[in-house]
Order: sequence, then structure tokens, then C-alpha cells
Amino acid sequence: MPITARPAPPRSAEPPTLTGSGAVLKSLELLGVTDVFGIPGGAIIPFYDELMQQSAIRHILVRHEQGGGHAAEGYAAATGRVGVCLATSGPGATNLVTALADAYMDSVPMVAITGQVFSHLIGTDAFQEADITGIVMPITKHTFQVTRPEDVPGALRAAFHIASTGRPGPVLVDITKDAQQDSAPFVWPDRVDLPGYRPVVKAHGKQITAAAQLLASSERPLLYVGGGAIRAKASAELLEFAESTGAPVVTTLMARGAFPDSHPQQLGMPGMHGTVPAVLAFQECDLIVALGARFDDRVTGKVAEFAPNAKVIHVDVDPAEISKIRTADVPIVGDVREVLSDLSIAFQELAANERPDLTDWWERLHGLQERFPLGFPEPSDGKLSPQHVIQRIGELTGPEAIYASGVGQHQMWAAQFIQYERPNAWLNSGGAGTMGYAVPAAMGAKVAEPERVVWAIDGDGCFQMTNQELATCTLNDIPIKVAVINNSSLGMVRQWQSLFYEGRHSFTDLETGDDAKMIPDFVKLGEAYGCLAIRVTKPEEIDPAIKLALETNDRPVVIDFIVSKDAMVWPMVPQGVSNSFVQYAKEHSPVWEEE
Amino acid sequence: MSTHVLSLLVEDKPGLLTRVAGLFARRGFNIESLAVGKTEVPGLSRITAVVDVEDLPLEQVTKQLNKLINVVKIVELEPAQSVQREHMLIKVRVDNSTRSQILEAATLFRARVVDVTTDALVIEVTGDSPKCQALLRLLEPYGIKEIAQSGLLAIGRGGKSISERALKQSS
Repeated sequence: MPITARPAPPRSAEPPTLTGSGAVLKSLELLGVTDVFGIPGGAIIPFYDELMQQSAIRHILVRHEQGGGHAAEGYAAATGRVGVCLATSGPGATNLVTALADAYMDSVPMVAITGQVFSHLIGTDAFQEADITGIVMPITKHTFQVTRPEDVPGALRAAFHIASTGRPGPVLVDITKDAQQDSAPFVWPDRVDLPGYRPVVKAHGKQITAAAQLLASSERPLLYVGGGAIRAKASAELLEFAESTGAPVVTTLMARGAFPDSHPQQLGMPGMHGTVPAVLAFQECDLIVALGARFDDRVTGKVAEFAPNAKVIHVDVDPAEISKIRTADVPIVGDVREVLSDLSIAFQELAANERPDLTDWWERLHGLQERFPLGFPEPSDGKLSPQHVIQRIGELTGPEAIYASGVGQHQMWAAQFIQYERPNAWLNSGGAGTMGYAVPAAMGAKVAEPERVVWAIDGDGCFQMTNQELATCTLNDIPIKVAVINNSSLGMVRQWQSLFYEGRHSFTDLETGDDAKMIPDFVKLGEAYGCLAIRVTKPEEIDPAIKLALETNDRPVVIDFIVSKDAMVWPMVPQGVSNSFVQYAKEHSPVWEEE
Repeated sequence: MSTHVLSLLVEDKPGLLTRVAGLFARRGFNIESLAVGKTEVPGLSRITAVVDVEDLPLEQVTKQLNKLINVVKIVELEPAQSVQREHMLIKVRVDNSTRSQILEAATLFRARVVDVTTDALVIEVTGDSPKCQALLRLLEPYGIKEIAQSGLLAIGRGGKSISERALKQSS
């Protein structure tokens, strides 16, 4: 994923002298950055002073650094470009921690620039001092601390290179206040010199041949597509490869949209809340082709009983993912897109002579699809069906939109009931499971792709964690649309309490429903932030509300959908249980003794 | 569990040791010993780490270490193909009746006495781990007051150099 760095300016005899802050600005321009999200504070005032006096880079003033971090993530996830956020030292920087951890888990290319106290004050417990590079070390791909202005261009160039190549991830650049204030000649490095960082992109030919041979002899293959396929921009190659092999495809939570949902070879999402055909395809296949996927515990269920008859071809740009959870028979280190191109050619050469017959395999899978389609029952309490609301949002808005979700039941329903036809249309917090991701991520996506409709599908719990960014949206003309799937509770936790804790709903009631105290009132809250805000309680109001939201583009929209709190996410593979025991719906569930 | 000696060629950057040590801790690996020092190449340091793990998790931790941007190269040094040494300073209690026996033991182990007082000796010994342990066992009955011990140092036998190879790859 190369970044589109502009060519270096022509070398004059004397490089211009810039302050460190000026160097940050100049470097960001040279790196092609056009938008940043941030909030100033004492240790980063010098850079903000520069930022004010230019127009090449749009700065969006967020209301909380976490919002800035998720906005950078949403920006990156919607486009594949590096997202950038800014914060001051100390608490400003620590407020980025959740967003950085989130970006690390989901391999989001992102650069965070933080101010730091004067270099002579480091280590003295100075005001707003925090060892942010130490704090974020386990949750970033790399960190830099810059204490001299002449080191700014090299650090930023390397940071963007690291964030956007190989397995993408977040990089933090911490710049002391004196490094921002002092001046030095600005020298843009010709190249990035990192002797310990050389991601392997092109796979070994021997491994490609071995993989093609396995595939050509497999009678029950399965393409297991993960988020890496989206980060590698491999959808076109995936489509060609899938069609040439005829193999069924599953797209994980992180990979929704990498392969079109409308395609006949698509089985849907696997995992804890995956479709029955996708979950059972793993258990019954004889070959898994893992493409940028990492055998997450939410996908495998009990690992010892996962895909018991399958050989594994594992393609990943990160060698550490290969054989981490499940031993690969054919490990392939490389960029998913490049590997798929090579693998397609190798497979077609082999298959020209003899193609494996997948008829029986497809017969079995079609049978499962017919018997176990995704569906949901109507709630019995008269409240709206959350699945129906989300499904209608997807149907009325279409596949060109971007859908960002929070974490929990609404996230799973948004993954299940919206049809994704293109990559980068579905943004969510998969690995970290960060509640509060949706609103700021949607904001970032809308900044990156202003022509697209951007929905935040949020829960009443998640929405209360980051909704302050609606102020940012209204003031900066970022008209996102927020659907609060309001079941008046922390729904996913409540579901587990209902299923595994004998219905003891400990501290999951949030009182946001229309038959509760309704604190806060999301319509009043949305209005307070300058949004168009409406409440929907009846089924016949759903479509008109969504249409109104789609027609409203002069301000953000908040729709408070009052839904049933008894709705549950199905199917389900309980935690720590084999995928083979996937339950289609509650009435089909056995008594579970443990979660 | 089995012991493995890893030699890491790393860029000499601030926080490097934290990155390496933190990774071991985070991924649940125990470091038995660690030795850090400069190399013949300016800007490159060498970390010799002794870890106690099975082969499969070792592969995982090696891959994770390789992902650290400042780690240039990692090799596992097998005992047969490498020279491995520990360095130890031992302060042992002495009196007139035991001094000569302890001096004799030190000589047998080709250890050196580097400090002498009426009630104690400081003995310096270099060797592989079993040798150092054997000397310790021998001195234990006299009363060991204090030990200072380095991490294991190791270098491959023969003419090859890991930094030469690493730098050749990267240029």
C-alpha cells in the first residue's frame, strides 16, 4: 500500500530554514496529507500556530482526542489512505490510546502526532508530561520521539512509510515543544532507510505452486477472506480467483464487502454470529485458503475442533500470523493482492488439465443455505425489530454508502443484514471491540469521501461514549447520519446475561428507552448539537425516517429507533464451543452449561 | 521446556530494550538472561537473550521480535555451533582455615581472585553455564555473601558474522 508521496522539491544550494513546526507542516504536505483531526493544547501550540496560517491541510477541530483518533481510523478505513490525528502531551496523548489500540488490532494505517513537553523537562514529571511512546509501545506498529527540529522530516516520512506498508498499523510521532519551536535547515530525505523493516510482498514461487496443487486436488475448498484482503485492495483479484476456482467464499467481520454479498459463491460471515453455511463450511471443508485472515477466536470457536478435516493455505503479509493459531500446510508470506494474481495463474495452468468437481460440495452448501437463511423473528413486545430497521437502512441507502458501526448487537446485525457489495463500505471495530467507534469513524469517513452517504449504525450505549463529535460534524459541515438502535440497554452483554447467567441483567439497563426514564433523550441531544433529530417507534415510520435522513444533507441526522430489548443476535456459536454446535436460533439451542 | 539462545542485532535507538523486553513479557515468555552491548558496527547493538520455551512458541516470539522495526536480524545460536560464556563475580566468606581451600578451588576453575579482605574474597569466573554453576556449588559450603552475574554472551563459531550478513541484505 504505497503512499502517494509527492516528489521531493528540487534541491537548491541552501535548504530553507524552518522551525520544527514548519517542518511538520511541510512534511505533511509532501506526504500528500489533506485532512487532519485534532485538538490543541500547551505542548502542541507551536504547530497549531503554523496550521492556522495555511490552507493546504484541512484541520478538523474535534471535541475529544479519542474522537480524533477514531476519525483518523474511519478516514483510513474508507479510503486506504493514512489517517492523521493530533493531540497535545499528557492527557491529550493518553486520550488517543483507545483509538491506537483499535487501529493496531484492525491494521489501520494511521499516524498520530503528539506534542511533548520541552526536552529538558522530560523525566521530571512536568505539567502534562506522559511517557506516551512508552505507553503506546504495545499497541502501535512503531513510535518516534523527536527532540530536534532537523529530525522532523525523517521521522514523519518513516512514520508514514511504516504505517502504510506491509501490514498497516498505527504509528505515533511524539515531538517536544522545543523541537517544534527551534529552527533547522529543512532537508527532505531521499528515501526511507530502515534496515530492520523490509515487508515481503512477493511470495515464493515454490509456495504458490504448492498452494495451486492443493487447491487443484481439493473437493471441498473454502476461501476464508479476512480484513487483510481489504487493506491490500485485493477485491478485484479475489473475485477473479474465486470465480476461476469456483470455491465458496466466507468474509469475516473485518472483510465484509471484500467480496460481493450478491455473488452466488458468497456464504456470508463466519464466526460466533456467522451464517450457518459459513460456520459449517469450515467444519466440513477439506481445504482452507486463508487470505489476510488471522484465525481469530471469534471465527474459530474451539480451536482444537476447528475445521478438523482441512488442510490450510495461509496467505498473509505478516509472517507472525501464519501458524500462530492453526498450523499452515502451505504458508505464504506476501501481499494478498499479489499472491492472488500469482495463485490465479498457477491454478489455471494446473486446472486446465483436470478440474476438481465441486458439485457435491455445493449441493451440501446450497442445502444449508436453504435450510438456514439469515432471519429474525418479530419482537413480541410491540417495539421495533432492530434487525428490520438496519436491513431497511441498507436497502434504502444502497451499496455505495459507507456504514460505520459501534460494538455489540447492532454491530452484528449491521454485519448480517446490510448487503455489502464493495470494499471499504463497512467500517467497524473488529479486533478491539471499541464501543464509541461509530460516530467519529463515520465523521472521518465522510471527510474522506464527502460524496458518499455515511451512516453510523450505533447503539444507545456506544452512542453515549463519543456523541460529542456531533458538534464537530455540525460545525464543520460533515453531515453524517446516525441511527441509534436504542434498546435501552447494553444489548450484547444483556444477551449473554439472558443466555448464560440465568437472566440476571446486572447493570445493563441504560434507561434510554421510551418506557424508561429516557435519560438522555437522544432527540433533544441531537437537537442540542444542531442535528435533525427524530424518534421512530412504529414500523410504518421506519422508511419515511430513513428517507428523510437521506434527503437531509445540510446537517447531521440522528434517528432514535426505539427497538425491542429482547431481540437477540442469531445464529450463535457460544464462546469456547466447537463451530459444529452453531445454534440457528434460541429455540434451537441446547442448555449451555458454560459460556 | 528447553533453553534457546537468541542473538538479536538491533538498531541502537532509545527505548529499544523496552521494546524487546516488553514484547517477551506481553507474549508470555520468560527471559532467563539478557546481555546487551555495542557491536563492531556503529549504531548497531547486540542483544543475547536466553529464553526457556518450546520450539513452536519460540518461532512465534522470533517472528514477533522480527516485526519490531529496530530489530535488524535474529539468529538462534545452537550450543554446538557457538561459543557461549557467562561472567560471574562471587563474594565468598573466608577465614584463616578456609582461605587456602577456596583459593585452590578458584585455581582449579581458572577463576581469578580480584579482591581480598580478611573475611571475604571476590572471585571472578568466566565460562559456560555448567562451569559457573559447578564453581558456585563448590563455594556454597563456605558461605556465599553476594553474586553478580552477567547474561549469557554467545557468538557463532567460524568465519561468518551476523552483522555482515544483515548489512549485506539491507544494502
